[in-house]
Amino acid sequence: MMASSYNAKEEDGHPSGASGHGGPGVVKSKKPDNTAFKQQRLPAWQPILTAGTVLPAFFVIGLIFIPIGIGLFVTSNNIKEFEIDYTGVDMDSPCYTCAKNSSWNNTTPCTCSVDFTLEQPFESNVFMYYGLSNFYQNHRRYVKSRDDSQLNGGRSALMEPSKECEPYRKTDGVPIAPCGAIANSLFNDTLELFHIDSNGSRNAVPLVKKGIAWWTDKHVKFRNPGGNNNLTLAFQGDFSKPVNWRKPVYELDPSDPENNGFINEDFIVWMRTAALPTFRKLYRIIQKKSSTTPTLPSGKYTLDITYNYPVLSFDGRKRMILSTISWMGGKNPFLGIAYITVGSICFFLGVVLLIIHYKYDTRNNSADIPN
Amino acid sequence: MARRSSEDTGTVKAPESRRQRKKRSKENKTRTVHANLLYDAANKGEENPNRHYANNKIKTTKYTVLSFLPKNLFEQFHRFANVYFVFIALLNFVPVVNAFQPELALAPVVFILSVTAIKDLWEDYRRHRSDKEINHMDCLVFSRAERRYVEKYWKEVRVGDFIRLRCNEILPADVLLLSSSDPDRLCHIETATLDGETNLKQRQVVRSFFDLDCEFDPLKYNSIIECEKPNNDLNRFRGYIIHRSGRRDALYKENLLLRGCTIRNTEEAVGIVIYAGHETKAMLNNNGPRYKRSKLERQMNVDVFWCVVILLVLCLFAAIGHGLWMFQYGDKRPVFDVLSPEGTDLSPIMSAIYLFLTMIIVFQVLIPISLFVSIEIVKICQVYFIHQDMDLYDEETDSHLQCRALNITEDLGQMQYIFSDKTGTLTENKMVFRRCTVAGVEYSHDANAKRLAMYQEMDSEEEECTSHGGTLPRRDSVTSHQTGRRPSEPASCPSTQPSAAPWLVSSAVLLFSCCRLFTDKTCSVPQEKDITPDPKLLDKVNDCSSQMDFMRFHSQPMSQLPSDLSDTIDFFIALTICNTVVVSSPNQPSLKFSFLSLFIVLLCCPLCQCNCSHFLMMPLWLTQHLKDLYLYICENCGSCCQETSNYDGKASWNIEEGELRYEAESPDEAALVYAARAYKCSLVGRLPDQVTVELPHLGKLSFELLHTLGFDSTRKRMSVVVRHPLTDQITVYTKGADSVIMDLIKPPNTGNSKGKRQKKIVCRTQNYLNLYAADGLRTLCIAKKILSQEEYACWLQRHLEAETAIQGREQLLFESALRLETNLQLLGATGIEDRLQDGVPETIASLRKAGLQIWVLTGDKQETAVNIAYACKLLDPEEEILTLNADSQEACALFAPFDLHPSSSLSSSSSHAAPFLVHRLGLVIDGRTLAYALDKSLEDKFLAVARSCRSVLCCRSTPLQKSMVVKLVRNKLKVMTLAIGDGANDVSMIQVADVGVGISGQEGMQAVMASDFALPRFRYLQKLLLVHGHWCYSRLANMILYFFYKNAMFVALIFWFQFYCGFSGSAMIDQWYLIFFNLMFSAFPQLITGTLDKDVSAETLQHLPQLYVNGQNSEEYKPYMFWMNMIDAFYQSLMCFFIPYFAYADSDMDLFTWGTPITTLALFTILLHLGIETKTWTWMNWLSIAFSIALFFTVALCYNASCPTCYSPSNPYWTMQRLLQDPLFYLLCIITPVAALLPRYFYRACQGTLFPSPVQVGRQLDKLPADTRRNILSLTRVKVGSPLSPKPPFLSLSKASPKGCNKNDQRSISGSKTLEATQGQADEEEDRSCLSGPTDSEMHLSDLYTLVPSEIDTLPYTKDAPQPAGELQPPSTEVSECLDKTLEPSDVSLSSWITSTPLLTPADSVQLNLLPDGAPQCVRYSRNSEDRLKPDHAVHPAHRTEQEVEQLLHTKL
Repeated sequence: MMASSYNAKEEDGHPSGASGHGGPGVVKSKKPDNTAFKQQRLPAWQPILTAGTVLPAFFVIGLIFIPIGIGLFVTSNNIKEFEIDYTGVDMDSPCYTCAKNSSWNNTTPCTCSVDFTLEQPFESNVFMYYGLSNFYQNHRRYVKSRDDSQLNGGRSALMEPSKECEPYRKTDGVPIAPCGAIANSLFNDTLELFHIDSNGSRNAVPLVKKGIAWWTDKHVKFRNPGGNNNLTLAFQGDFSKPVNWRKPVYELDPSDPENNGFINEDFIVWMRTAALPTFRKLYRIIQKKSSTTPTLPSGKYTLDITYNYPVLSFDGRKRMILSTISWMGGKNPFLGIAYITVGSICFFLGVVLLIIHYKYDTRNNSADIPN
Repeated sequence: MARRSSEDTGTVKAPESRRQRKKRSKENKTRTVHANLLYDAANKGEENPNRHYANNKIKTTKYTVLSFLPKNLFEQFHRFANVYFVFIALLNFVPVVNAFQPELALAPVVFILSVTAIKDLWEDYRRHRSDKEINHMDCLVFSRAERRYVEKYWKEVRVGDFIRLRCNEILPADVLLLSSSDPDRLCHIETATLDGETNLKQRQVVRSFFDLDCEFDPLKYNSIIECEKPNNDLNRFRGYIIHRSGRRDALYKENLLLRGCTIRNTEEAVGIVIYAGHETKAMLNNNGPRYKRSKLERQMNVDVFWCVVILLVLCLFAAIGHGLWMFQYGDKRPVFDVLSPEGTDLSPIMSAIYLFLTMIIVFQVLIPISLFVSIEIVKICQVYFIHQDMDLYDEETDSHLQCRALNITEDLGQMQYIFSDKTGTLTENKMVFRRCTVAGVEYSHDANAKRLAMYQEMDSEEEECTSHGGTLPRRDSVTSHQTGRRPSEPASCPSTQPSAAPWLVSSAVLLFSCCRLFTDKTCSVPQEKDITPDPKLLDKVNDCSSQMDFMRFHSQPMSQLPSDLSDTIDFFIALTICNTVVVSSPNQPSLKFSFLSLFIVLLCCPLCQCNCSHFLMMPLWLTQHLKDLYLYICENCGSCCQETSNYDGKASWNIEEGELRYEAESPDEAALVYAARAYKCSLVGRLPDQVTVELPHLGKLSFELLHTLGFDSTRKRMSVVVRHPLTDQITVYTKGADSVIMDLIKPPNTGNSKGKRQKKIVCRTQNYLNLYAADGLRTLCIAKKILSQEEYACWLQRHLEAETAIQGREQLLFESALRLETNLQLLGATGIEDRLQDGVPETIASLRKAGLQIWVLTGDKQETAVNIAYACKLLDPEEEILTLNADSQEACALFAPFDLHPSSSLSSSSSHAAPFLVHRLGLVIDGRTLAYALDKSLEDKFLAVARSCRSVLCCRSTPLQKSMVVKLVRNKLKVMTLAIGDGANDVSMIQVADVGVGISGQEGMQAVMASDFALPRFRYLQKLLLVHGHWCYSRLANMILYFFYKNAMFVALIFWFQFYCGFSGSAMIDQWYLIFFNLMFSAFPQLITGTLDKDVSAETLQHLPQLYVNGQNSEEYKPYMFWMNMIDAFYQSLMCFFIPYFAYADSDMDLFTWGTPITTLALFTILLHLGIETKTWTWMNWLSIAFSIALFFTVALCYNASCPTCYSPSNPYWTMQRLLQDPLFYLLCIITPVAALLPRYFYRACQGTLFPSPVQVGRQLDKLPADTRRNILSLTRVKVGSPLSPKPPFLSLSKASPKGCNKNDQRSISGSKTLEATQGQADEEEDRSCLSGPTDSEMHLSDLYTLVPSEIDTLPYTKDAPQPAGELQPPSTEVSECLDKTLEPSDVSLSSWITSTPLLTPADSVQLNLLPDGAPQCVRYSRNSEDRLKPDHAVHPAHRTEQEVEQLLHTKL
């Protein structure tokens, strides 16, 4: 079968090879074309991997990687980060009782406050994260359990959420908005940060709650049904809130209609499922006020937590992270170390190859002769 | 296509119910054909007994519009992989286990299936078109209603129809010839489309219609034909015709015209259709291309199986992990563990089971879905390039290599044994008459030899300038019959004939040949036809014939002629008539169409004088005119024309005498006829019952041809029975192989002088025969026998019985022939030279250097074969020849000593003798011995002996034996075998071998039809194997390994992720990327590399055949390499996973934004990995890699911008765009591939320096400047050519001794004689190279190429014990190993029936020890063992003198 398909190709060949014959009586010759391609003589670069030839590559990689690594490491080290675990596992933790009592159907909010001290001032904008550990947001069925059309405000999807949302699709025949397990497990702790003055007074640190989600998410992917006006009207009646939620979706941020409903940025951030079981999500931004004073001066702080989110059942942890940010994101010395390590290994292997080269590969000169 | 043949005769309702009942017992074996005319009337159509036979409509398509989809899918699902992938895709539709969007998961398998389906559809459409074209060709069918022949389409022809055929028409069906316009009731057909043979064949009108005076009238026909069921044997047709009168006449294959053949030289013929459509022999023979599975693919399938195992292990691991993960949460279900859609809670065990299935889906990529398709694509490209190779193009025949089997190209690179035919394969199969002996007198034809030598020189000089005309001697005679088709064109499909009225084309050709006569008087005369007669013999012939003439004139009895003279003339008569040569001349058809040709010549004369080729291109109007002209002639002068041709029939010979051409089935027949013509005994005409010979002085003599007993390979002779016109005696002339003829010679009665003379003749002839054989000539004996009338009558009676028998006719005829061919009288013998093809010795030498074992299997006699073997360097004068000639009874017994050598004596011998390894043995075995050697009980021993020999020559072997030898070697030794041959007798061997190669040469196309590759010349085998085979193998092997690596690497990424997602079967890679990664993003570069990569240049590969060992030992793809690749894949995926993992650990990265960089990194790593493995970078490689990367980013960007709410669950809106703004992404893209590929790169570099494979050294050689390289190559060639170092010296490239030329430490080996010699040689070489090396590098390289003599060099069977280069053990240990092994009981020594002919050390015996397992054989050559030789151990020094040869011949044990 393939033979016949092949023959067709063969017939396509131009009889240019027959030019040498030239006789008018010559019927089209089958002589193959003398082209570089057909004769497999295309000009080619033929690298031969020997110690001698790859030596420079190793040294070059080493020499490039090590400075990059050092640069990255330094950058990462300049980033200030503060992290505090407020799960309340230990008895002496201020949130111990809250942690004990919190459950999804708990309606009475439990509050606790954690004191901490910043040793160093945070100069630039500070990003406030909440972090969860042992929370498998990347679980296969969890990841799927959402309806993007619904979140985009699609009317039909609102009424008939996708099957993927099961079993958080409808309660008693009434569609859930937003449906699905991701939305259902929305992180609902509230964190407030207070700076304790030298004189002991609590000053609330202003937390900006906008601009924490991707711009495209906020403006393209997520949309409220019927625009942002009168969300209550849009949602009320036909829908029920997710089972774990305390309040319906249109009351996520009643103060700001631009941040309410599906386009609530905390909600949007949560809906971006984390890659790994230990993750952080941007919660608030503390903006730099002036160039003279640090955003967060060193000193004592109190974190007030409205403790709603139960994590102990799956041995999870909750953290609050304060971090400045650089061009390469948050604090992560790994990449710098990796660069330095790989660079050093390359350099070392380069040296090994050099030895091999001088000890054994004296004929490399032949290989080096350019073709 | 439903064959209705099974039911055909079963339901016949013939009116002759009585006969039918009688025949019922035979019903299942025969077919009855009635004339359709009897049933043409409308009401009788139902009764037509022929209606159940297949009609002539052919349908080779596999599908119809409706059946295409189901049938094609059904066929595709025969491939297990497809079923697997569909199963996986369907699994996605089960909600509990689904991993991907079900529709998306179907995409790849649908893609693969549809690509294949489109390919099939297109091929089927082509078949449909050609079917339609063929079905709508016209032919003339007799219509009862109109009482004349009417034009009908081929497809309307039915069994039982009468059809009229005109010259140059193609036969629409298998037709029984009932009438012919030829005065001799003959019809010539050309069977080129069936068997490729271009000579015309004669077919005869059925005997009972032979004497018909008037034209055949179908209406008067009322006979019934009974014949065999349709079968595919082209050379057999049996049946009989029953006339109304009850008379029966036998039918032979000579009466049957086969579909697809072309009527030639016969103006008109009428016949009845016997088999039609798919039941014709041509169609039954057409069984499509062959599919073989290559060794590499078999190996690959094992690894596919391992992939499945790995897949299951991974899935199992994940499932258990998931179960445990679930279990740790106990009853408290975490919020992220979503309930099943039904809201039910799953137990950990159930979830684990479901997860197992999910993981199979997620990891499905591990089984490479596109691998099979990619391999097919790459193979097609490889075949394309092999086709396009100029070096494999033969200008003389304008043909190039054909790949007929497309899926075993890589097998070419892995061959270990070559089985070659001799005649036509190693030799030209252009027979040249060289010498003859008549009545015991030798005529050496010295002048002829001299002239030939001169001719050859001239030939080579003129080759350049004459080749363009393509006037190959043989083709000359062909062009007059052929319609522009070349003989080498594949004739597999008889249905592709042009449908244009064939006569038009043929008349053009005819015209062309006419033109040639006018313009090109100096027709090139083929050299083999030119024979300078020996003057002595010529005188004798003249003398003799003049005497005979005189005697005839005086009506004296011929018996008075001196016996040597009568022998001479009989000898030439035998040469002339004892054959099946057909006489033709290029003008013959034109004579039969004398009017037409006259007109055409008149018409075209002016044109002809300018240029013939212009005529062929003349506009249509002329051909239109010609058609009108032709019709005019046909209508008005038809009868006249016929009369003229009848009239001219006999006379025409005179005119054309000088131009006579002989078309013979085998070239040696033609050579003999031409030789006879040189002595003025020329064959001028052959009719079925008469041969016309022209003799000097005597003029034309017509011999009544009573019988022709054709040649067959069992009898090895042919005979004709004629009535001698001068003596009126019934004479049998027999021509055949000397061995059989000599046995059939009448034992001379030594009593009288005549008997003594006879004895002398026989004796002398035998001597000369031996001489001829020693010169490598093909010998034939000519004998005659005179039958008395009574003897003849007696024989004839039984012969006729045999002829008319239906059952076992062949056997009966065979026995009948045996009865006739006895008590012959020897006339003489001929020696025909079969010249070696160009470059055969060089090719054999280099193939052997490539580590290939070459066996020659030939039907020729031993001496001829041995001599050809010497000529083509298969046997070396310096090697010893074991000759195995055994008689039937003793053979088995004589084999016994092979395994029953007392071990004690051996051990003692090894203690006091210093044995050394014999590395040069040649085995010659004849057919009779071979028959016993191939016996079940002895085959192992035979193989053991054969393996220890450097070359094996089997002579006198039958086709069946050839295939048995191949099968034996293939099955027992588990090696890759290649069989190459050109004739029908090689077909079985070609089919049995792993790779069959046909030489598209002189002996028809059967071998080509059966072959996988068809070559125009033997020497092309060198490039085909050494270059293309090597490339195809290394390309494909590397590609397959890469494929496994690629898929494993990609899948492992997801596997690592399972540890971080609770083994939930989640994937961080977007499912679109996951599914299209293989199919699109990473597909092209590997295809380009798989098609174009060249590890070593063609030039170096040809100069260093040793590099071929690479493929033989499967060094590119060893089983451990699969696992190495797997490990590397896992390492690389670890890097590609964990670098991004740590880089994004504890960040706000979301799942798919994190997965996208991983995909990108994997792509980069995979492409760079390919980069490391790519040896040659052409612009196409660069382009493909750039394209792949560009494609990925383009697709990703488009995909990520296309829809904000789609593609759940990843919903990757703007992901890539954001990533591209992230500097971290770029940093990852730099470090990860580097870290991942570091080990492999480092390993490759170290390997290249510390232990380079021979291939790598070859590549280094490639990089040298051309002249330096040439110097080195020529140096190595000198060394390789030196007789004692058959193996490449450069195996020692490992840098065991870094010090310049001082190699002595490497060669401190036990001082055996051979090794010393080798060492001396090598030292010499080395000194030379050191002195002459102009540059440092060259000096160094030459240094590298010096020889390290070790047993790896000296043993011819090193591939049985492959040793990695660079790990050469000190030979002494090997020797000791051999010593140990000799203690094993199954040792072998040669017994007396093996004649050992050592040249160097004449009085040694040879011992072979046979080891039970596949361990290396040690052949010990012990000098001090003569004392143990039995007296009958015949040891001959191989002085190839005449006496010796004779002695050898008669050594029967």
